[in-house]
Amino acid sequence: MSEVVEKDLLTVSDLKIHFPIYKGLFRKKVGDVKAVDGVSFAIQRGETLGLVGESGCGKSTTGRAVLRLYDPTSGHVIFEDRDIASLSDSEMRATRPRMQMIFQDPQACLNPRMTVGAIVSEPLIEHTKLSPDDRKAKVRELLDAVGLNPDFVNRYPHEFSGGQRQRIGIARALALDPDFIVCDEPIAALDVSIQAQVVNLLEDLQRERGLTFLFISHDLSMVRHIADRVAVMYLGKIVELAPVSKLYSNPQHPYTQALLSAVPVADPKIEAKRQRVILKGDVPSPSNPPQGCVFCTRCPIAEKKCFTVPPEWRELKPDQFVACHLA
Amino acid sequence: MVSSTLRQLSEDEKSQAGQAHGADNVLEVRDLQTVFETQDGTVHAVNNVSFALKPGELLGVVGESGSGKSVSMMSLLKLLPMPPAKILNGEVLFDGRDLLQASEDELRSLRGGDIGFIFQDPMTSLNPVFTVGFQLMEPLRIHMGMNKKQARARAVELLELVGIPSASDRLKDFPHQFSGGMRQRVMIAIALACDPKVLIADEPTTALDVTVQAQIIELVKDLREKLGMAIVWITHDLGVVAGIADRVAVMYGGQIVEYADVDKLYDDPRHPYTRALLKTLPADEGLRMERLVSIPGQAPNLKGPLVACPFAPRCEEAHERCWSANPPLFEVQAGQKSACWLESEDTAGAA
Repeated sequence: MSEVVEKDLLTVSDLKIHFPIYKGLFRKKVGDVKAVDGVSFAIQRGETLGLVGESGCGKSTTGRAVLRLYDPTSGHVIFEDRDIASLSDSEMRATRPRMQMIFQDPQACLNPRMTVGAIVSEPLIEHTKLSPDDRKAKVRELLDAVGLNPDFVNRYPHEFSGGQRQRIGIARALALDPDFIVCDEPIAALDVSIQAQVVNLLEDLQRERGLTFLFISHDLSMVRHIADRVAVMYLGKIVELAPVSKLYSNPQHPYTQALLSAVPVADPKIEAKRQRVILKGDVPSPSNPPQGCVFCTRCPIAEKKCFTVPPEWRELKPDQFVACHLA
Repeated sequence: MVSSTLRQLSEDEKSQAGQAHGADNVLEVRDLQTVFETQDGTVHAVNNVSFALKPGELLGVVGESGSGKSVSMMSLLKLLPMPPAKILNGEVLFDGRDLLQASEDELRSLRGGDIGFIFQDPMTSLNPVFTVGFQLMEPLRIHMGMNKKQARARAVELLELVGIPSASDRLKDFPHQFSGGMRQRVMIAIALACDPKVLIADEPTTALDVTVQAQIIELVKDLREKLGMAIVWITHDLGVVAGIADRVAVMYGGQIVEYADVDKLYDDPRHPYTRALLKTLPADEGLRMERLVSIPGQAPNLKGPLVACPFAPRCEEAHERCWSANPPLFEVQAGQKSACWLESEDTAGAA
């Protein structure tokens, strides 16, 4: 905790989330799915931290644990100066308005039987004492802020397109003027031309309201655009964390290198010349991760040491942190 | 890795497939038009789509959701529920036969036989209650008339071909015992089972992670070289297409708006929609863009026949003519066509 610097809004240290596996007649606990296994990072106020990785690497679980939608197995999540992991329910409830979430699937996260007005005003009813008239005014203001026509308050989610629905989700997240928003793959379900609209909106809102984002995504080129720093996750661990420019121009961890080389570029000339690092095999099961480095089973340059000793998390270059023996 | 029973190309055939221009089209689609009759009216999902495919060629079909990519390809083999779907017009020539006139029996012998299909979602398109081996051997026994032993041997070969380790042991596994990438490989193996002349891949990598996507793309490149089949690759990812396609059809509002060789399309995109689409992508290198370019507005509603250019409401260069008539495909230069009035000779003359 001594590491908490004043300007960090959120500090996560050695966060672990293990889901127990029960088996047999007596539902005996036989193991753990180590979804997140010792993750540490900090987010400064007003910053966007990108969190990338393949499906199943624990990035969404991390995002949810930060908001305590899951109770951490161990570790600390320090928001401003309080440890969210150990707050009581009522204290947590008082903290929730400060931190919000935007979900991946705008179809699934909006109640189809509630009007847009009801969806956006629900957090206001729960957490504020605004009068009904003030609430209505606030809802219209929010819809306007996210680029929706305020006259749409009485419509239902199905009357909107995917991009517009995502805007409703964003309006709801903004309702309580939060400081911190976890964006869990907010653009993954949208078409290319609509993705740009939503990303621009998020950036505008960040600038106007001084928001801090944890931006979870598997789209590396979009993360390059929106994030200030990027953390790369693999099998429940962060393997590299660096400012955008350093990570993309000079990735140090072999997994980051493979991940970046796998992203297709919309230019046939570049594509024809590119040398790809093609990873062999699949991600190991998080219930039984490899002994040494988590990436050793697929790493193209793994050595003996990598299979037995977990690599240390170290600052390789200023601001660029890597967990790899060979970097 | 490919062993004896797989049809490998002779050097002759390979060079033919390479210089696709000389060869005859293996698949030719002309003026395909598909509608859905719904309670709220008729949805014109596919409007006058024409394209041709030579042996060994890979055609990328790009477009946003609802642009008619999948529906046009499903129409080829009548894989759509009819009704509500209805193919109003068009010809699909495969080996000189019109598939739209073919009987249900003929179609059944083609599906999974001469024409392979890979579906988008490997989770839902494999049957969870049959083993992978059974699902692989089924088309082999039906289409190729193999006995159980032959089919088994071939199934093992196919799984090895798509890079599944210890293939013979995995035949008795069920789909849930495979990971997403592995399942997609199984789907590809099934589609390849009967040496198809044409492979239609509907967003085969969309549900997969980038590293697995890279694996599958390498695999398809490799297989194409070895087996020389023609491939239609449907995707919304302009990056994927840049890496693998020979030619690209960009779809919008149920029609092809630009149809060009891949280099020409990326070098000099002619249709405003293609240009806009390429601009929306964040920069891959160099400085970060201040703001992403977005295409304002929404995709068109296809209720009713197209009487104007479907992109006109979102187009920066739209003029009067775009609102009054739907432009046909104009040949801009050899190997590039664009459906935009700006390419029409009389418009250019007037300007």
